[in-house]
Order: sequence, then C-alpha cells, then structure tokens
Amino acid sequence: MSPLSDPSSRSLPDAEAQCRQLADLIRPQLANKPALVGIYSGGAWIAERLRELLDLPEEIGLIDVSFYRDDFAEKGLHPQCKPTVIPFDVEGRHLILVDDVLYTGRTTRAAINELFDYGRPASIALAVLADRGGRELPVAATYGVWDVQLGEGQNLVLGKQDNGQLAWRLEHA
Amino acid sequence: MHNPQLNKDGELTHLLSIEGLPQRILTQILDTAASFMEVSARDVKKVPLLRGKSVFNLFFENSTRTRTTFEIAAKRLSADVINLDINKSSTAKGETLLDTIDNLVAMHANLFVVRHASSGAPYLIAEHLQRIGRDDVHVVNAGDGRHAHPTQGLLDMYTIRHYKKDFSQLRVAIVGDILHSRVARSDIHALTTLGVPEVRAIGPETLLPKHLDKLGVHVFHDMNEGLKDVDVVIMLRLQNERMTGALLPSAGEYFRHYGLTPQKLALAKPDAIVMHPGPMNRGVEIHSAVADGPQAVILPQVTFGIAVRMAVMSIVAGN
Repeated sequence: MSPLSDPSSRSLPDAEAQCRQLADLIRPQLANKPALVGIYSGGAWIAERLRELLDLPEEIGLIDVSFYRDDFAEKGLHPQCKPTVIPFDVEGRHLILVDDVLYTGRTTRAAINELFDYGRPASIALAVLADRGGRELPVAATYGVWDVQLGEGQNLVLGKQDNGQLAWRLEHA
Repeated sequence: MHNPQLNKDGELTHLLSIEGLPQRILTQILDTAASFMEVSARDVKKVPLLRGKSVFNLFFENSTRTRTTFEIAAKRLSADVINLDINKSSTAKGETLLDTIDNLVAMHANLFVVRHASSGAPYLIAEHLQRIGRDDVHVVNAGDGRHAHPTQGLLDMYTIRHYKKDFSQLRVAIVGDILHSRVARSDIHALTTLGVPEVRAIGPETLLPKHLDKLGVHVFHDMNEGLKDVDVVIMLRLQNERMTGALLPSAGEYFRHYGLTPQKLALAKPDAIVMHPGPMNRGVEIHSAVADGPQAVILPQVTFGIAVRMAVMSIVAGN
C-alpha cells in the first residue's frame, strides 16, 4: 500500500488507475474462481471495472445493505434503496466484497450478514480503493490500494463522471 | 392542512390514506417494495429491520388475505406479530377502541395494523397516539369502512408499474361497485397522484358516487365504451350483500352488463392487464376465462402485496 497521504494538501489520486492496481492485487487469486459482489453505489462501479480488467465471465453481484444496517433505529430506512441482486449461488463460493471507502466497518458487517442469508460462502475477502481508518469493528481490507487520512468533517466520495470515468471528490460536512 | 400521516420532517410515520400523500412518498414506497421483492425470492426470506419490534394486527372486520399478507410481511421483517381476535377480546366486553390501544401500548406495541368497519378509525388511533406523546408507535390502515385501503392501492400501483413501466401514458378503467369500494377510492387517488392521464370509472349509476368527475375521473355506464383502448382494467368485487337491496336487479343481470368476459376484454388494448383485489366472484364480475387467462395478473398482485406491506411497515417504523 502507498504511504499515508493527506488529500487536502495535494490533488486526489486517479480512481481508474487505482482500479487497475486493485485488479493486479486480486489477479493472483483467480485460481479459486472468486465471485465479485459490489456494495452500492461506488463498490458496484468498482466491481464492474474489476470484472472487465480481470476478464471474468460471470455477472457481478450487487448489494444494498439498507435492510441490514445497524442505525435503522436512529435514521430509519434509507429513502433510496436498491434491490440486492446475487446472480450466482453463494453456497461454497469464494466471494470478494468490493467497496469504495473502508471507514467504520459497519457497512462491511451489514454486507457480510446479508450475504450469509444467501448461503454459506467458502470465504469472503474485502477489496477497497481507499481505507480512511476510523474502524469501529474488527474489520480489515484483504486488498486495498490507498490509505488516506481525512480532516474533521471531510468525506471522500467516489463519483461517476459523464464520460463514465470514476473519480474521487472531497466533501465537507 | 395538518396531515397526521407525516412527521415534522414530512416523512411518512403512519399510513392512513393515499389521499394527501405527495408523489415522492408513493414512489419511495414502490421503489422500496422492489427491493423487498428480491428478499422474498431468497431461501432465507427475512431481513433484520424490525427485529425486536411488535406488530399488532387489529382486525375489527374479517379478512383473511390482507391479515395474512400483513403477518407474512411483518415476519419477513423479523418483527414479532400478535394477531388479536377482536371478537373474543375486551372490545366484545365493552372496552373502547382507545382503551384497547392504551393497553396494547402498555404492552410495548410498536406498530398497529388496523382494519375497521368505521371510516376514520385508524385516524382516531393515530391522533390518540400523538395526543399521548407516543410518536414512536405507528399505524397502518388495512381498510377502514368505505374510506380507504391504502396498501391495496399501493400494491395495485406496484402491479401497474411492474407491467407498464410508466404511469404517464396510461388509460386505466376501474369497473364495478365504486360507491362502496375503499379500494377504488385509494386507487383513484394513487393513479392521479402518480400522473395517470386518464382514469375511468365504469358501473351502473346506483353503484357510482356522485362526485367522481371532481376527482378527474371519466364516468361510463356502458362497459363496451368504457373499456375501449384501456391499458389496465381493475375489476372490483361485487359484494353479495348489495344484491339483495334495491341497488341491483340480480347477479346474472349484473354479469351481463358489467361482468368482464373475453369478448369485452377484447375491446381493451391487446396487452391490457386485468387486476382484481380479491376475493373474486367468478361469473358475477369476472368470467373464469378472463380470471385464468393470460392477461390476468391477479396472483402476482398478491405476491407484490407482501413486498409493498414490508416497504410500508419498514418506512413508517423508521420515521
């Protein structure tokens, strides 16, 4: 992984190049035929990229963790939830869960719980573009390309541009 | 005007009627239901959203299908479901509706699903809960008198959107006893709110309410005219008890004029869908060849109804 960087002092890295780096990290593991599951929305875009870069024949899975979140009591149901679609049999498969930013680990926890309602996978790995620290659960990325430290009130958001390219932007609360 | 269904942030906290709900809330419910359809297709048909919550089914009026689908929906959300047998309960011993509610709130009820023969009963409960400061307890109307049956209206909209994709070009006909139908009332409000340009009501004069044109509905007494080129036909159940009164001559006579036969359905668009809220009276409002035919989507409506009720319960319980 690259050394810790402070995005406020320099321009943000190229998300498309990071997808290629992530694909290079995953490529040695293709022998056990992993299936990709992207977490909406950023993770789903990255998983689609990885599928192209790794030349995988199978459809990717898409997961929306709204029904498994732990903050339902405080925040209610997210107003725009999307259907989870897992187009393959989870039972006995090696899965790679894909997300854009790893932060508290709560989304990962929710996604793992949801996947187990589809069956018992052989393993679940976690691939992320950015790890911003701040974990509240014992969760770690299996594959990651960018460790980043954000300032108070800053948020890192992956967007899809009009030309279809993925790009980072920094939002301030 | 104060809308008791919405909280101070404009979010849905009770579902009492489709009338008065903005389009964005109807669309949110339909979109959320689409996600729940996927849950119902899994081996494990359960999500943990309402784990630890108690849903009380209060059916002061008989219903099997609606009560069962609410029960299934609540269970798929991991809620605990308590079905109250009202006929054997304290109400039969003289307890008032609001005393019953207070007692169930003391038992830590989180959500009431209410069916009542009196229009407005769910409103009464929602206003009572607000008065006693329990905005954490929610009410879903499962049919009140002639007034509203909002989850049926919403599942009808889900069905139409599923088959027709878009509301903005549709011609929809509602056929039968609209006067006594809370389903028709909820459907008309939902269709109008979602932007359907042409809603038609077809039925004998004695079974159509007088003010329909004020709702923007086109009225037809002749089925052959009313069904012409429609995209969706919503048949209503003819309540047998109406047959004995002065409103209708006989079931046979009704079927001849307003029963949906393959010949009459042929006047609609070739890809028109046929809906019915159930239970059906075959040979009274609908011919078996239509009910079992390729254009009928009556059983998918039931399946969609579970996902729509899951969406409604999880949205109100979270607000």
